[in-house]
Amino acid sequence: MIDQKDILSTLEMIEQQELDIRTITMGISLFDCVSDDADTCATRVYDKITRYAENLVRTGNDIESEFGIPIVNKRISVTPISLISQGCGGYVKFAQAMDKAAKEVGVDFIGGYSAFVQKMATEKEGQFIDTIPEALAGTDLVCSSVNVATTRAGINMDAVKKMGFVMKESARLTAKKSGIGASKFVVFANAVEDNPFMAGAFHGTGEGDCVINVGVSGPGVVKAALEGRQGRPFDEIARVIKRTAFQITRMGQLVAREASKRLQVPFGIVDLSLAPTPAQNDSVAHILEEMGLEVCGTHGTTAALALLNDAVKKGGIMASSHVGGLSGAFIPVSEDAGMINAVKKGSLSLEKLEAMTCVCSVGLDMIALPGDIPDYVLSAIIADEMAIGVVNSKTTAVRCVPVPGKKVGDTVIFGGLLGSAPIMDYNHYSPEAFVARGGRIPAPLHSQRN
Amino acid sequence: MRAIISVLGQDKPGIIAHVSAVLYECNVNILDMDQTVMRDEIFVMTMLVDLDGMTKAFSELQEKLDSVSAQIGMQVKLQREELFNSMHKV
Repeated sequence: MIDQKDILSTLEMIEQQELDIRTITMGISLFDCVSDDADTCATRVYDKITRYAENLVRTGNDIESEFGIPIVNKRISVTPISLISQGCGGYVKFAQAMDKAAKEVGVDFIGGYSAFVQKMATEKEGQFIDTIPEALAGTDLVCSSVNVATTRAGINMDAVKKMGFVMKESARLTAKKSGIGASKFVVFANAVEDNPFMAGAFHGTGEGDCVINVGVSGPGVVKAALEGRQGRPFDEIARVIKRTAFQITRMGQLVAREASKRLQVPFGIVDLSLAPTPAQNDSVAHILEEMGLEVCGTHGTTAALALLNDAVKKGGIMASSHVGGLSGAFIPVSEDAGMINAVKKGSLSLEKLEAMTCVCSVGLDMIALPGDIPDYVLSAIIADEMAIGVVNSKTTAVRCVPVPGKKVGDTVIFGGLLGSAPIMDYNHYSPEAFVARGGRIPAPLHSQRN
Repeated sequence: MRAIISVLGQDKPGIIAHVSAVLYECNVNILDMDQTVMRDEIFVMTMLVDLDGMTKAFSELQEKLDSVSAQIGMQVKLQREELFNSMHKV
């Protein structure tokens, strides 16, 4: 029998350190739903999602029960709707069909109301993007993303300019719910096709008909493993994180294989992300503080996060046959008790978060901003973040919520896994003329690798 | 299929009797067992069991063990063995 101390250590991870499977996400291709009639196409979308994901939630619950490991979310990602709807229009009908199907099968979120315009947008893609705020306001579970930049294509600044408006409008149309529409919308550089996490999940064009991707988590386990190691060198810290990430990922791989087998759907990837929640013992910021920073955001934070992100990947990559998605450490402000505390204490600023995104797996995530922030400032924030992704050949993203009626110093409560956040300030010198230029920022020299 | 049953809590008479009675009722074979008392107060028992000959569904066994848990006031968990092997064995 396996050693009793190993059994107890697993139980402690689950019960006291919030170890869980963050999501089982079923990716579903919608290419075979295409029609020249929007109603027909939307009906096919609904039918296919409900047919394929019929047993997803029950299977997730069964696995959770048999292995005694919490599976927090069951989600669906679909082929980007802009790719299947251009021949028929009626875009919002697709969001409604997705929402209805997601509710029917009982999942937490469905992602894929998405478009890819990193170089240019077609006229119809432009029309599709215009519907995003309405689609998000009129649904509960639908998530949307737009990829506006890649290392190969550069940055589509016309799209970036539009994204500021879409973000703000998504918040405005959901003002009664603290602008929650914007929390379901993310702007990407170098978006990945197999990300199981929301709001940015979609089922990429290179994927098969249906796939199971799993996202693991476990910031609390990493923090607990680092406790009692004050004064020890970073080599030891890196080794401990790698070992912990290996264990977490093996658990994710096991659950992914089991879900794949039971649902008779191919296994795609395990995403090795450290995804925090607002719960105590589930914070990425607290890991950084455990390394010796008084409060997250102080000098040294970027280096600490770089070590963490790298060690998570190195430890996890050996534990899974296919690693993918975003894989690294997430730093969403509203979803991380330590990040919220750091902002409240004045230690963590928007600028420091931007620096941190250079070395972690995603970008500016769940940041609450004043409701009256100009569209062009949001666009400029997005442009900066896209530049980091493009130049560093990595995924970056922006998910900010300009909360209607709120100003700097206020707090917004989104609830659930989205948590709460202090409204953060931004640089008030104007980038309006910069954003107004439009056009494309060329791809960097190192994109020419052929 | 094999599973690990873990029992944690204040030591008292009858713990093994309660758990093994449920296992016998469901025709579950005990393959191995380990028990210790941590810090002189917390009783810990772990059991490796074979569920292949089980006459009830996994969920039914779980419900019965939940009843035992409530009855003896201790944490009783049933988890498939692969979880522990995957995390602790290379």
